[in-house]
Formats: sequence, C-alpha cells, structure tokens
Amino acid sequence: MLQQILRRLMATIPVMGVVAIAVFALLHVTPGDPAVIIAGDYATPDEVAKIRSKLGLDRPFLVQVGIWLGQVVRGDLGTSIFSGLPVSTLIAQRAEATTGLAILALLISVAVGVPLGVVAAWRQGSWTDRVVMLFAVSGFSMPVFWLGFILVYVFALSLGWLPVQGYVPLKEGLWPFLRHLILPACTLSVVYLALIARMTRASMLGVLSEDYIRTAFAKGLEPRGVLVRHALKNASLPVVTIIGIGFALLIGGAVVTESVFALPGLGRLTVDAIVRRDYPVIQGVLLIVAGVYVLINLVIDLLYAVLDPRIRY
Amino acid sequence: MAIRSPASTADLLLAGAPAEHGALAQARRFLVRNPTLVVGLLALVAVVAGGALAPVWWTGDPQALRPAERLRPPSAEWWFGSDQYGRDIYTRTIYGTRVSLVVGASVAVTSLLFGTALGLVIGFYRRLDAVMMRVMDGLMAIPAILLALALMALLRGSVRNVIIALVIPEIPRVVRLVRASVLSLREHLMVEGARALGVGTPRILVRYVLPALVAPLIVQGTYICASAMLVEAYLSFLGAGTPPHIPSWGNIMAEGRAYVQLAFWIILFPGLFLAATVLAINMVGDGLRDLLKVR
Repeated sequence: MLQQILRRLMATIPVMGVVAIAVFALLHVTPGDPAVIIAGDYATPDEVAKIRSKLGLDRPFLVQVGIWLGQVVRGDLGTSIFSGLPVSTLIAQRAEATTGLAILALLISVAVGVPLGVVAAWRQGSWTDRVVMLFAVSGFSMPVFWLGFILVYVFALSLGWLPVQGYVPLKEGLWPFLRHLILPACTLSVVYLALIARMTRASMLGVLSEDYIRTAFAKGLEPRGVLVRHALKNASLPVVTIIGIGFALLIGGAVVTESVFALPGLGRLTVDAIVRRDYPVIQGVLLIVAGVYVLINLVIDLLYAVLDPRIRY
Repeated sequence: MAIRSPASTADLLLAGAPAEHGALAQARRFLVRNPTLVVGLLALVAVVAGGALAPVWWTGDPQALRPAERLRPPSAEWWFGSDQYGRDIYTRTIYGTRVSLVVGASVAVTSLLFGTALGLVIGFYRRLDAVMMRVMDGLMAIPAILLALALMALLRGSVRNVIIALVIPEIPRVVRLVRASVLSLREHLMVEGARALGVGTPRILVRYVLPALVAPLIVQGTYICASAMLVEAYLSFLGAGTPPHIPSWGNIMAEGRAYVQLAFWIILFPGLFLAATVLAINMVGDGLRDLLKVR
C-alpha cells in the first residue's frame, strides 16, 4: 500500500510540472510586454525596466522557465511586487479562512446532498424526486454572489441572526469563527450540494435495480438499512469521485463568496493581486490551488480501495 | 462506400418520433415525453427574443442618467427600480441579456470548435496523446474562475477578451470528451473496414468519428454556455470582466453591491434574470441529454 501511495505521488509530478509551466507561460502567451502590463498605465520607463529585471523578464524564455521551476521545487514562490513579502507567506496568512470555508461548505453539501439524492432515487418519478431534481438544477444555475446577497439580506440585514460580513480567526474561539462562516458556507455549498445530490441519485438508481436490493427489500429489511448499508455503500464510488472533481468548482466559488462576505482568504488575495497586477501572487495561488486539487483527487483515488475491496492497486 | 456511418443526430431524433400522424398530436407527444426540454427551450426563446428585441419592450436608454431619480424602489413607473445614478434597472436588465447571451453562445461555439479539433487529432495520434493529455490534466487542475481571472489580469477588459479568458479553461474538458470517444471508435469495425479500403485518417475522422460526436457535443455545448454566462457575471462582479460601461448583468450587480441595504432591487432583478436564463439552458441540456441518449 505504501509503495502504491508513493507511486501515485510520483505520477502527479508531471501534472504539477505542467501546471507550473502553464502558470508561468500565461504571462508570456498573452499579447504585449508583460513588464509593461504589470507596471500599469502610468509607469515610467524606469519602473518598467526595474520590474523587468526584478522578474527576470530580460532573460531568454527557457532560462526563465528553468529558474521558476527551480524556485518552485525549493518551495520559493517569489515575492509580491506590491507588498514585497514572500508569496508563500501571503498564501499561508490567507489559507485559514479559505480552508475553513471550504471544509464547512463540503460538510454541509455532503450532509444534505447525499440524503437528498438517496431519497430522490428511492422515490424515483415521484413529486419528491422532481422537487429534489429541480432544486438541484436550480442550484447550479444560480450566481453564487447573488445567492450570497439574498442570504445576507434575509438572515443578516432583515432578521439580524448572523453577521453581515467579516471574519474572526479560529484562535479567537470556535463559535465566533463558525458564526461568521455559516452564511458564506451555505452560499458556497449550494452548487456543490446540487452536484452531489444529482450524482448520488444517478448512482443509486443504477444500484437500486440490482437483484440483491430487491431480495433485501423482499425479505422485509427496513428500507433505511437497505438504502444506506446495501445500496449507498455500493453507489458511493461515483459520489466520492464527483466530490473530488467538484473541488475545483468549490474553490472557484470560494473566490466569489469571499468577496461577498469580505473574508480574508485566498480568493480575496487573488482578486486584490489582479487589481494590482501583482503577477507573482497570482502565479503562486494558481499553483497552490492546483496542487491541492491534484492531491485531493489522489487521496480519493486511494480511497476507492477502501470503499470497494474488489479494487486493488 | 458500403459502410454506414454511425447514427446521426437527425436519425436519433427521427427514431424518437411517434407513429401517430398530425403535427399537433406529434407536438403534444413530444411535450409529454420531454417536458424539461420543451420548457427550457420555450424559456430560452423568450430570453433570446427579449434581448434581441430589447428596444421594443417599453425600455428607454440603458445609460440615461437622472440624478433626481436616484435609488427609486420598484413601482409602476420604475418597474425594477433605479440605481444610484437614476438609471432604469428594468431597461438595463433587458439590455444586459444581449451581453450574457453573446458571451455564453460564443464561448460554447469557440470551445467546441477548438476542443473538437484538438481532441480528434490527439485521440488519433498516439504519440501526441500521452503528452497532450498531461497538459490537459494540468490545465484542468486550475479552477476555471481562477484561470479566467489570471488571464483577465493580463488582457484588457473587453467582451472579446472575456470570451477568450472563458474559452481557454473549457477547451481541455471538450478535448477529454472527444478523445475518449475517438479512442473507443478507433477500434470500431467500421473504422477498421474503412482503413482496409484505404481511406485516409483525416477522412476517417470527419466521416466516421465526427458524426458520432455530434450529440454529446451539443449537450456539452449547452452546459458550457450555461457556466460561461455565470462565470462572465463572476468576472464582472470581481471587477475583471466586461468594461463597466457595458450594462451586463454582472456589471449591474457589481455596481449595486454597495447599495445592498438601501436598494436591494439593483442586485435582485438582474440576478433573477441570469439565474432563470442559466436554468433554462441547463434544462435544455438535460432534456437533450435524455432525448439523444447521451450518457
């Protein structure tokens, strides 16, 4: 097993290499002189030259790629042009809010989405099923920030139950931390929840038509037991897969959600960096997020063997 | 050539047609069998007509400023209220339809074109496959919104550049879909037969592989269109999308965010239109998927 994990980890290296090069190449593929773009419209030629030499843009392209890859391997993501701080420090400062938001949204989505999907599949064709499916398709048709503003308007501005925006770090207490994250996490979870509910239903429908499920019902087992222990367990692989693939969606939504609720997370860091054309920060965030995505999907790959003992590596 | 190409979309559509005669009866059966598709299509037609005929629907000038009429709540005169410059939200929302639809449709068509071309080539030439699919995997590991944001940081804000920034993250997904179909079709008997008769690779791709891809690509295209419209709004909302002077749904909402408490209608109505349109397109996609039996 350990050998397996190592081999899988090695297999992610080419993908991460591609991400690193792609993130770097973006700057050069786009039209125009990157130094001029980063310096902005009002920069003097002097400032442009300074940025050019600071980012090493005056060297041959392949040399630049080599230097960048060397830095990345050593864990050095460069320094922010705007603040002068190392990009890795900036990312570490902002990681808590985004991680908290993503985990809470994930928990809500799984806790609500999976049961909804199971019930919809069990009662296929019924009104329950239709309502759940309509809810699901509406879920990923709604603009995330719009939903966020509606929730803010109802639960924060009108009812006053929860804070409108802002963030309290975890070290200042679990409850204040959670209180500020409930609305953002609910906002963010809707898309993910819809995705999970749809996938659970589709996967359950396949399993529920199997003979052993009919047998289990026929011998009078309690429906809940059959649905959860016999059916859901066998239907779980595609659901877990979509959780992994949907992670990209979750992070994308987090960027927007953080902006609505003024959370100091990676999304805000990126948006601020884009306004300031602070390209090293953008590169760093893209690289880290892609790395987390690849790792999560690796873990899920390895989870298959736990969920389905027939799968061996 | 005696070898049949796989069923085309038209064949599949005809296969679902009822034996019953009469256009009306046929239409009714179609509606009963495909309620999602029909409802989605009708809603979509309404939205397209709304946008295309925007000047007809009792609208005014979407940019007209009336400082004396700032932040008016919805009423008989101001259907959707007015914003902080006294611009009519109803008029702006109706005109905003155009930008969203143009962006959504352009992104869908462009990414399908590039993705299909790349996917066909990658699927058929094994030497390219290993390298190119790693590149695609790498690109897909970056969330679409982040990639689009990064691209917009380097491009100037314009509708064309927004389309480019949205197409690039979508291409790998189309390539994946096309490549998977090519890989399975390549071993198909009809392709082997064509090959034995001396048909060249480009001709095989176009005559035998492409027709089988039409149905899944149409379905994929609707989903791309729906998500592109959402991401366009996200980019505008985050200040990296279409230039602020263009009344796109995302821009109207972005400008209203400072007035959530005072004038909630500025955000409410454009968002409602956006959600309804994306929902309609997603319903068309789901309906087509069921109708064309795309997995």
